[in-house]
Amino acid sequence: MRSGMSRRTVLKTAALASTTMITAPYVRGAYAAGSLALGCWDHWVPGANKALIKLCNEWGEKNKVDVKIDFITSQGERDKLTAAAEAQAGTGHDIMSHRDWNIKIHQNVLEPLDDVVNALIKKYGPISPVAEYLARIKGTWRGIPTTVGSQVKPCCSRLDLYKEHAGLDLRDMFPADESKYDRAKTDMWTWDVYLESAQKLYKAGFPVGLPMGQTSDAIDWVGALSNSFGVVFVDAKDNIKINSDETRQMLEYLKKLMAVNPPEVYAWDDAGNNRWLISGKGSSIMNPPSAWAVAKRDNPKVAENCWTHGMPKGPKGRFVGQLPQFYGLWKFSKNKAAAKDLLTYISQKESVAQLVEASVGYDLPSFKTMYDLDTWKTVEPPVGTVYSYPPRGDEQTSIAGAPARSEVGAQIYNQAINTVMVAKFTQGNEKLDDVIKWAEKELEGTLRA
Amino acid sequence: MADTARTWIPSAMADTAAAPVTRNGFQRLMRRRSTIAVAMCVPLMAIVVCLIIYPAFYSIYLSMLNKAQTRFIGLSNFAFLMSRDTFWMVAEQSTIFALSAVFFKALIGLITAHLVNNLPVKGQRKWRGMLLVPWVIPLALSTLGWWWMFDPTNSAFNYTLRSFGFAGIPWLSDPYWARFSVILVNVWYGAPFFLIMYLAALKSVPEQLYEAASIDGATAWQKFRHITLPMMHNIIAITVLFSLIVTFANFDIVQIMTAGGPRNMTHMFATYSFLLGIRSGDLPLGAATSLFMVPILAIAAVFILRGVRKRGREIA
Repeated sequence: MRSGMSRRTVLKTAALASTTMITAPYVRGAYAAGSLALGCWDHWVPGANKALIKLCNEWGEKNKVDVKIDFITSQGERDKLTAAAEAQAGTGHDIMSHRDWNIKIHQNVLEPLDDVVNALIKKYGPISPVAEYLARIKGTWRGIPTTVGSQVKPCCSRLDLYKEHAGLDLRDMFPADESKYDRAKTDMWTWDVYLESAQKLYKAGFPVGLPMGQTSDAIDWVGALSNSFGVVFVDAKDNIKINSDETRQMLEYLKKLMAVNPPEVYAWDDAGNNRWLISGKGSSIMNPPSAWAVAKRDNPKVAENCWTHGMPKGPKGRFVGQLPQFYGLWKFSKNKAAAKDLLTYISQKESVAQLVEASVGYDLPSFKTMYDLDTWKTVEPPVGTVYSYPPRGDEQTSIAGAPARSEVGAQIYNQAINTVMVAKFTQGNEKLDDVIKWAEKELEGTLRA
Repeated sequence: MADTARTWIPSAMADTAAAPVTRNGFQRLMRRRSTIAVAMCVPLMAIVVCLIIYPAFYSIYLSMLNKAQTRFIGLSNFAFLMSRDTFWMVAEQSTIFALSAVFFKALIGLITAHLVNNLPVKGQRKWRGMLLVPWVIPLALSTLGWWWMFDPTNSAFNYTLRSFGFAGIPWLSDPYWARFSVILVNVWYGAPFFLIMYLAALKSVPEQLYEAASIDGATAWQKFRHITLPMMHNIIAITVLFSLIVTFANFDIVQIMTAGGPRNMTHMFATYSFLLGIRSGDLPLGAATSLFMVPILAIAAVFILRGVRKRGREIA
């Protein structure tokens, strides 16, 4: 029995079908470009996560990518545990938030992001040196600095108490307009003046609250102070430099400063200094504006008198502790091109402005050209209270552990060698030379290959 | 029953029925009690293999790698740790913590078990239930409660002390008080376990022994020394061993209350291992630190279990 379809008819039909397929418009499904899973740091500011969700959804809809975000708390280092588990297992999210040194820790399983970061640098100018130190490893960017969760830790002080008991007008010294900064006035704000005023405030019953435990708030302000005094723990060539006159000078200074702090600072975690300021007992802390934001809700009278301002200046300059966060793209991600596109989108100034606003100014981008966003000028009370939160004037960002190789720096920072050294001298009353010897031995350990 | 039925088949018939032997054999195998027991244990064994044995061997493997996990370096991580003062301080602290906490848990458990055992039967259940509460509450939650009471700035204990005119105590900011505080919380949490074990042991001591001792004029202390203690010996030994292992490996209490501070003076093996492995990103060194507990606990286990076996033989 012959078939009704000849060979010629078959060929003709096939040719027609092929032509139709080639010329027909490509109709994409709802999520034709696949999916992306993000593991992001869970923001403590209510509503701040929503801004990130909104940006990701906007981008996802536009690019037909299904974006899923898991917010992971940093309480109990759960975010770091998750990252460590995903790095070991070689599976998990595509993009993951990494705090402080985690880019360095997971560098071998992170995709290079040079194309994304270099394009941003080209557009927005120089990036924070601390972000570069932490995420650019052997010339390759393994993480992209985020706005969400990135922070610096300048002074947050009570205007009323400083005026009344120390005779200092901090608003006049650090006005809410950088063009009105008076060099003569800001130069007056030194660590010596800080100590004098701390002593007066202590006598008045309102001590400053500087943590000296082993968590990041303590490590960061001591790191900034070390840089101001020119103290180097380990240099970039693995030389241990802690046994120096600068270290001795700094430790002697800290002996006086810690004597006018409440004795419990040695047990404070990162919330201890916040609570100290919010309670109304404290006159100054070194922290992002989180304490002020909570005071606005819990103790408005304290919030009305809070002013975030520059750090004191030391013999080697004015430094503030910076703790950036990064997004890393795992090498095992199956949608790398889309992930890079999303990272580029949320790093644009327009996106950053939304994130900064949602966090009431807490989140800090790593580009100085973005420090002119309105949020820092407008949030209140009092108006301009967090204007000087982004480093302004001669203030430079720093991180404890630098300038050592980042592998070494991570050990110095995470083992809190700087604050333990200070606590041994100021609380444990150990001899200065013994303390420095102890630090030298600990630093030797950090150089282990 | 199937096996019994099979034996009734005449040998000739058995030969002709050779074809379905495999199926019958399988059925027989499946009907054996031991097979069913093994089959029912498989899920548990799978959990033990996946969540205990595999991680244990993996951590041994991990502890022998370099920091970047790219090269096998044998025991170098262990040698490195042994050269560090901070590590020896952690070892000393872990030992002090475990021994003192277990001692006080055992002591309090023993005393409380006696008190509860001597209560009238009617009220005993109520007291047993109440005394078990610390052990039943999730540890992280109860430790947070303790932390609030010890809070460096707003301690509830200090508030009470001050209201009676006493000075506040630096519960968590002074290293020695911080050590005391973490041990105290561990004792509070663990003592009910000892209580319940000792209470069970006390109930199993035959009443006739005490009656005979009373007739012989034995004092309460003599009864305790010569009847109660020997009869409870094995339970005490096993409870102490179990508690020693758990206390040595404690993580939650120290991590929540002090995170190892001040000045690293409350770190335990587990928290120090977490600091090195997770926070500092040196997983091999962290694994090596945690494995240091194994030989210490193995030696303790050998001695305690040897005592238990000896005592068992004596009783037999």
